[in-house]
Amino acid sequence: MSDKNSSSIKNFLNDAGNRALIFQVVLLAVVVFVGYYLFTNLQANLANQGISTGFAFLNQPAGFPVLIHLIEYTEANTYGRAFVVALINTVVISLMGIALATIIGVVMGLARLSNNWLVARLATVYVETLRNIPLLLQMFFWYFAVLATLPIPKNSIIFGDFFLNKRGIYSPNPITQDGFGIVIAGFILSIIASIALVVWAKKRQTRTGLWFPAYWASFGTIIGITFLALVVSGFPIEFDLPQKSRFNVTGGMVLPPEFVAVLVALSTYTGAFIAEIVRAGILSVNWGQTEAARSLGLKDSLTQRLIVLPQALRVIIPPLTSQFLNLAKNSSLGAAIAYPELVAVVMGTTLNQTGQAIENIGLCMLVYGTLSLSISMFMNWYNKKMSLIER
Amino acid sequence: MAIEFKPSPSLPPPVNSVGAVAWVRHNLLSSPLNVFLTLFSFYILYLLIPPVIEWGIVGATFSGASKADCTGDGACWAFVGVYFEQFMYGLYPSEETWRINLTLILLVILLGTYAVKTVNKLYLSLVILVVYPVIAYFLFSGGVFGLEVVETSLWGGLFLTTLLGVVGIVASFPLGVLLALGRQSKMPIAKSVCIVFIETIRAVPLITILFMASVMIPLFLPEGMNFNKLLRVLIGITLFSAAYMAEVIRGGLQAIPKGQYEAADAMGLTYWQSMILVILPQALKLVIPGIVNTFIGLFKDTTLVYIVGMFDLLGRIQAATHDANWLGMTIEGYAFAGFIYWAACFGMSRYSMRIERKLETGHKRN
Repeated sequence: MSDKNSSSIKNFLNDAGNRALIFQVVLLAVVVFVGYYLFTNLQANLANQGISTGFAFLNQPAGFPVLIHLIEYTEANTYGRAFVVALINTVVISLMGIALATIIGVVMGLARLSNNWLVARLATVYVETLRNIPLLLQMFFWYFAVLATLPIPKNSIIFGDFFLNKRGIYSPNPITQDGFGIVIAGFILSIIASIALVVWAKKRQTRTGLWFPAYWASFGTIIGITFLALVVSGFPIEFDLPQKSRFNVTGGMVLPPEFVAVLVALSTYTGAFIAEIVRAGILSVNWGQTEAARSLGLKDSLTQRLIVLPQALRVIIPPLTSQFLNLAKNSSLGAAIAYPELVAVVMGTTLNQTGQAIENIGLCMLVYGTLSLSISMFMNWYNKKMSLIER
Repeated sequence: MAIEFKPSPSLPPPVNSVGAVAWVRHNLLSSPLNVFLTLFSFYILYLLIPPVIEWGIVGATFSGASKADCTGDGACWAFVGVYFEQFMYGLYPSEETWRINLTLILLVILLGTYAVKTVNKLYLSLVILVVYPVIAYFLFSGGVFGLEVVETSLWGGLFLTTLLGVVGIVASFPLGVLLALGRQSKMPIAKSVCIVFIETIRAVPLITILFMASVMIPLFLPEGMNFNKLLRVLIGITLFSAAYMAEVIRGGLQAIPKGQYEAADAMGLTYWQSMILVILPQALKLVIPGIVNTFIGLFKDTTLVYIVGMFDLLGRIQAATHDANWLGMTIEGYAFAGFIYWAACFGMSRYSMRIERKLETGHKRN
């Protein structure tokens, strides 16, 4: 009897499906138990330390300054507004970094493939140097070793209306006057017109095979109509030029050194990685494609633009997406040199003042999660658009 | 009389197609654009190289005990010399640093034993992975055999950087393999646990994980139970890089043809046997470049512990540049740190290329 029993247990355990079931039940139990254990500890700890939970603190006045703010912000504003300011700073630096890094990456990637030996070597040195040195070190370098050693405002380096000193880069600030609405209207109108033009040109090409340089034409249209609107409304833009006073530079638009250091470090560092991706993508296109294009009589520039690059893009886009995601996440390193982005404002100052670790860290993670998701969704859409359509 | 065939000697190649002149014409001056690019490159080299040599070597001061000794108009390497011990060991007591050196020598000897043919590699690996870390731990922290106790808050410099990197690499690798296998598994619960873990970690920056490790972990533990900050940071780093490792390994698993799984099943191998003997060796070999890239990334990312208040190599250099007696030494400090990180990362990537070639077994398509 007992023998039969034990053998039925053995049979039960010998079945892979049953073993999987048991394993999963145990795993689930462990996960649930650990979660419960941590949660009860958390509650006890919060109660002990007298920390209230919830997001009510977002409506309280923050009382700390945020040095770089693109929307109105003072110390009297709430934590919620400080959070929005930091969020904008993170998004702005990420998007600008992505744009710059892509340009640097494409240029350096093409340079590494150049048939000019010297250019290829220089690009290799760039890539191998920058991607093998920690990003944080590079940020420190730009901030503490380069920008901090610029002259004091009194001795600013001057290029025309641009001033360069310890406090940042000063440039003329365009200020719109009455009647600027006409220019904006003209600009929007010209964009609509050029979209219509491109659509019409494509349709005509599929119908008749005739090629119309729609992109150049729409470029001209946009510039032309916008310029016309500027003339009609009487140039309603004035520039607020930076002025050198005795000890300082006033007026104009200023790029603070923290911003410049983070942007330069992020884009040159990520650019080195993108260069390798671009190079690998172009090398992945079979040489026969280039030969075929040449035997059809295409010029080298057309071969690159119409044959090689579209095929290379399919290989380039997926790893490029992860570089963009890395860049957005790496913008958090700005916290180390006082660029007021999410980590610095929310996980640093706000957390220290309110003590509400769970809410603040959760908020941060949520934002980064959303940012990552948006970038990868956009890139996946683009990838789909570019991917090979097979029958 | 038979005519004897005498081949006339081959003509030499045209003068302008071989040799240095031809190389220059082909690689530097083949078109007007190329000529321009060459000149431009020379200009950049001219801008960069002479000042760097002037600053770093010709005008530099190499020895001295204080800033006053740096009389040249170039770099002051005396700064690095004075702080060298701190850069290497952090605030670890000077008379105890032999313990760190001994641990390193021990590791070199153990790794060197791999080259001896008669040694059982399995046992040796077990010694390195299980026994050695215990010895290293006690040597570092002391408290046994009359060794003085050294608090982990004193650990720093390149020592801490290496420790974080090595522990992170060694611990995250098996965890990453498990996560990758879990993600590929047919068991829905195991699979979702792994996916949620991997995707959550990968969506956020490492700094948030480090902040969690240093700020939030104490909140989740029972009152009075708290463990070392270094250990918490190590856990954070390991979990973070395990998630990335898992994705790299998953790529390798996906690249193995289905036939290999089926063949392993047909041989009657259990799940673990088929994974360890058939699938993983092939999958891991395929993704060596990805694994090494993750390691290099991890090594560079150890610098972020500075932000949560630990003083690794970069942290110590940053602290030294704020010394009132040595103000203005930032570039020297960063150049030194940059060189060390660069050498380590570049070395790792070159070494991985060597392994790749060594393990190349001819599957690769041409």
